[in-house]
Amino acid sequence: MTEDLLQVRVRNQWWDVWDQFKTHRGAVWGGGFLLFITLFVLLGPYIWQLDATKLDIRNKDLRPFYTALSGTANWTWAHPLGTDNLGRDTLAKLIEGGQVSLSVGWVAMALALVLGTLIGVLAGYFRRLDNLLMRFTDLVLSLPLLPLLLVMMLLFRDQLRAAFGPETGIFILIVVVIGITSWMQTARIVRGDVLALKEREFVLAARSIGTPAYRMIIRHLLPNVMSPIMVSATLGLANAIITESALSFLGLGFPSDYPTWGKLLFDSVDRMADYPERVIWPGLAISLTVLSVNYIGDGLRDALDPRIRGL
Amino acid sequence: MRDLAPRPLVQVRDLKMHFPIYSGLLRRHSGNVKAVDGVSFDIIEGETLGLVGESGCGKSTCGRAILRLYDITGGSITIDGAEIGTLSQHSLRPLRPRMQMVFQDPQASLNPRMTVQSIIQEPLDEHTTMSTAEKREKVFELMDAVGLNRRFASRYPHAFSGGQRQRIGIARALALNPRFIVCDEPIAALDVSIQAQVVNLLEDLQEQFGLTYLFISHDLSMVRHIATRVAVMYLGKVVELAPREPIYAEPLHPYTQALLSAVPEPDPSLDARDERIILQGDVPSPANPPKGCNFCTRCPKVMEICKQTEPDFIELMPGRFVACHLYTKTNETAGATAAHEVKEHQQGE
Repeated sequence: MTEDLLQVRVRNQWWDVWDQFKTHRGAVWGGGFLLFITLFVLLGPYIWQLDATKLDIRNKDLRPFYTALSGTANWTWAHPLGTDNLGRDTLAKLIEGGQVSLSVGWVAMALALVLGTLIGVLAGYFRRLDNLLMRFTDLVLSLPLLPLLLVMMLLFRDQLRAAFGPETGIFILIVVVIGITSWMQTARIVRGDVLALKEREFVLAARSIGTPAYRMIIRHLLPNVMSPIMVSATLGLANAIITESALSFLGLGFPSDYPTWGKLLFDSVDRMADYPERVIWPGLAISLTVLSVNYIGDGLRDALDPRIRGL
Repeated sequence: MRDLAPRPLVQVRDLKMHFPIYSGLLRRHSGNVKAVDGVSFDIIEGETLGLVGESGCGKSTCGRAILRLYDITGGSITIDGAEIGTLSQHSLRPLRPRMQMVFQDPQASLNPRMTVQSIIQEPLDEHTTMSTAEKREKVFELMDAVGLNRRFASRYPHAFSGGQRQRIGIARALALNPRFIVCDEPIAALDVSIQAQVVNLLEDLQEQFGLTYLFISHDLSMVRHIATRVAVMYLGKVVELAPREPIYAEPLHPYTQALLSAVPEPDPSLDARDERIILQGDVPSPANPPKGCNFCTRCPKVMEICKQTEPDFIELMPGRFVACHLYTKTNETAGATAAHEVKEHQQGE
């Protein structure tokens, strides 16, 4: 009898989460696309071995292969997505730029999320810290972000470059700068939810057991603020990718010969009418990535909620 | 009851729980909500003390304050010989297993993200060093004790009905073998048919584990069923405390009389002869209670002295406490007469 009962318990809860996740079509498509784009940027360089920074003036301004349908276009299979005005291969730039954009996006988003959740939970749970932390949040929120970003880049760029080399240094700087300027919304949402949760009776019940604060937060509060955190995570990723491209556009991001999706976009804006493909491809990559992360977040939020999971 | 040489398990003396009000632009401290204002009573081991009163009179706050879910404003609480009124939350932690709580809303009192297993197990995680297998076995035992199927252990609270959820809450409260349980309106959110089940379960468990209850409720007939003694609260104070039979037979305090006259009588023939005492007006704000007796603004038997001085909480007859000037008037004879009348009446019954 007991053996039988113990068997019931064996099925891991994560299988239920996965089962629910699979029922969300958008999330499955999003997951598939994200996997594809990640593999595309990670394995792409081994398959498409052109150097994204190599100039080839003779083959400049080539059009992508599908323009062949119009008959007049100048194109070749050697550069299926065409080249830019300096003859750099668009496909190779997309691959290499994706690596940078995605890693900046993920890391900056994770940083902002950790900061925002931490500050939100602390402010919501500890009444004494609330006023201090929330006024600080308001302060950061009221700063004009772009000038602040520029000043921070100017101040720290050279030191970090010297310490970690030009690319890693700038990467760290950009990630940190984006991270510490985009945690505020998360913090506010999390604080509000924690304030409401704190008054629920299950938190009171845990207190009557004598659960200490950190276990209260880990066990009772964080799992219940999962949904808003998920939503701000998906928005945060998009925000990080776009902020990075804005910085690169202003010339304060990565070096000019260092491709990122955002930079590809901005580089091509002035000749957009003649060469729309130079805007369409990186733009498509950014929006599809953000969209798929959004759907994944949506599906994950549903899957992690036992009420929706129907158990 | 009295001849068992009763030993109080819980002693509450002059318990005060005031919540500060901050108002104005500078959030200045401008007053207090006196949710519980000088409450004293004993709870004898193995008994059920019913705590009744209308909404907002401080019943729940009182129950929570006794378990030190709040940092109390004043007074002392002794549970099983240990003074807990002034301990810090940290030094209170080892004493927590002795006292537990069952909550009003079984929907809100269970974490929706935890399985039944982990909910009931949480007290064990906090206070014992059992192995995982031992904990699981203990959780199964507790589920048996409260009448839940063991198969439900890995389900989530939303999959249960109100009565079942309340059973989960009771199992959690029992996990650490407490001696004293505060039941904060445990049946208020349940259907009438389920109420009886849960109350019977509480009674069975009391017998089985030798529990002592503080049973907070506004359902007077349910309190009559379960409680051995009854305390009546009004606006943060206990106005009357007495064993069950006499308080229902012959309430002393005018508020208790009004409260009991409001209990619906299922038998229409009996109901007809019953005259209701309808109180006028509203409960005064606990932030600004009236001078003198808290009940003087609505009392049908109000006297001049009630608006001046606060009545003491006195033991009028053995085991019967009341705070009312009808019985403590300065001329002793009046009080004695009133008491005498009551006694005669009781003998008459």
